[in-house]
Amino acid sequence: MANIISDETIEYVGILAKLELSAKEREEAKKDMGRMLDYIDKLGELDTEGVEPMSHIFPVQNVFREDVVTNGDTRDEILKNAPKEKDGMFVVPKTFD
Amino acid sequence: MNILDMTAASLGAAIKKKEVTVMDAVRAVLEQIEETESTYHCYVTVDKEGAFRQAQEVQSKIDAGELTGPLAGVPVAIKDNMCTKGLLTTCSSKILGNFVPTYDSEAVRNLQKAGAVIIGKTNMDEFAMGSTTETSAFGVTKNPWNPNHVPGGSSGGSAAAVAAKECFYALGSDTGGSIRQPASFCGVVGLKPTYGTVSRYGLIAYASSLDQIGPLCKDVTDCATIMEVIASHDPKDSTSVKREDTDFTSALTDDVKGLKIGIPKDYFGEGLDPEVKDAVLKAAEVLKEKGAIVEEFDLSLAEYAIPAYYTIAAAEASSNLERFDGIKYGYRTEQYHGLHNMYKKSRSEGFGAEVKRRIMLGSFVLSSGYYDAYYLKALRVKALIKKAFDKAFAKYDVILGPVAPTTAPKLGESLSDPLKMYLGDIYTISVNLAGLPGMSVPCGVDSKGLPIGLQLIGDCFKEKNIIRAAYAYEQARGAFVRKEEN
Repeated sequence: MANIISDETIEYVGILAKLELSAKEREEAKKDMGRMLDYIDKLGELDTEGVEPMSHIFPVQNVFREDVVTNGDTRDEILKNAPKEKDGMFVVPKTFD
Repeated sequence: MNILDMTAASLGAAIKKKEVTVMDAVRAVLEQIEETESTYHCYVTVDKEGAFRQAQEVQSKIDAGELTGPLAGVPVAIKDNMCTKGLLTTCSSKILGNFVPTYDSEAVRNLQKAGAVIIGKTNMDEFAMGSTTETSAFGVTKNPWNPNHVPGGSSGGSAAAVAAKECFYALGSDTGGSIRQPASFCGVVGLKPTYGTVSRYGLIAYASSLDQIGPLCKDVTDCATIMEVIASHDPKDSTSVKREDTDFTSALTDDVKGLKIGIPKDYFGEGLDPEVKDAVLKAAEVLKEKGAIVEEFDLSLAEYAIPAYYTIAAAEASSNLERFDGIKYGYRTEQYHGLHNMYKKSRSEGFGAEVKRRIMLGSFVLSSGYYDAYYLKALRVKALIKKAFDKAFAKYDVILGPVAPTTAPKLGESLSDPLKMYLGDIYTISVNLAGLPGMSVPCGVDSKGLPIGLQLIGDCFKEKNIIRAAYAYEQARGAFVRKEEN
């Protein structure tokens, strides 16, 4: 395997991905990611010098529309999906001390 | 004729002529679900009460002459990644296990305006990540042709529901083959339209630049009919394209004289099952006999599509799935200390293994220091792939090949080796990267009794070319029916 994923890398990716992995998951993730990257490295065989990265297949520029409210007040229905709510607001854990 | 054997279009016509009531059709489907759902498990949610309510409403609108479309009153199933107002929408994930949308996705709204009756929400791979419908948090869907085999994925529930006659047609979504491959495995017709043809508003995003909604149905006529209903320009989806040429049923002509069909040699190499190869080449022969001009050519770059796809799709997924944070909706962990720990624990407990794998890979390829080498590189390869197709479509109207290298694998055989599973997407994935329309049409049965799919690919906005070829082929092939068990 050409790509060896270190503990530090998996730790860092876990922070970016906001995922907490168990020790077993972490070992599997290192192996999986290494294998996937080995495979993705195949793209290196292609000369892409001077090729523009294509994020969209159609040349779409900014698409604008009038900023008009079209939906009604659905606050109560929306809050029904919240894991925790109080007085018409989402309840979140304390964010700073 | 048994109601359940009707296609969506023929049922719609029968309802219009008052030979069948909407309630008859809904009852027939619900009875079938009652009988076979415990075997196949096509649905996450069956909305019996809602279906009866809709049946009454739609029938009275038909009677009043307000609904006159070809699909009015026909029961439909919706993949569980499209929002349905007031109806549980889980994406087959624990993290959305209790999510009830407050609005309808645009494709569903278009169906409702045409008088569709929504029967329920179909099972899928979690967040549409998978090729077998085995990564669902709510159980595995089985292939109606043989319940020891997978239905394919990620729209496996939709494909299986059509094949098992648990609905008359279904909506699926296709990011790398997720409509075409299960359609192939379950012996039904499936179409991924040109990117931007069907609004993605209300479709829970996996990889936004590749996702597209499309139909899974019993025949090509149904496919064109459904497409006319769901294709629309939607200002709520900034990538939605305004099209004037959405009269897809005009392509149902049974005439392929002079249609230029290219067969990419690269799609018939190593790894392709010989029985699949034979069936697909026989289908090409049929079209040739009907007057199409068929020749082989080199498409090139086929082997680079999968690594480019998994880089781009994982990158977009890692960004799209950041929204699942246990605050506004979905699952929140029981015990936590502080905000960040709550995020991490909710996400780690809420997402399944395949979803976590792709989020991790996506976070890595987008991270500082790797972004250019992986993500931008993949986008450059995508540009090359698009160019290769442009070159092909300068010569051909339709590209013909297999949908998948094999027929449906056995349950439990695929997930142990993700890389091997990804390789099964080799013929479908480049179509998404290039934004093209692609269709799967049943073209045979292998020695195991499992259906084989023929893939027809068109240039952007040229669905009519592939519908034309598919319809002509289907007319020559005749009915494609599953032998009932026993």
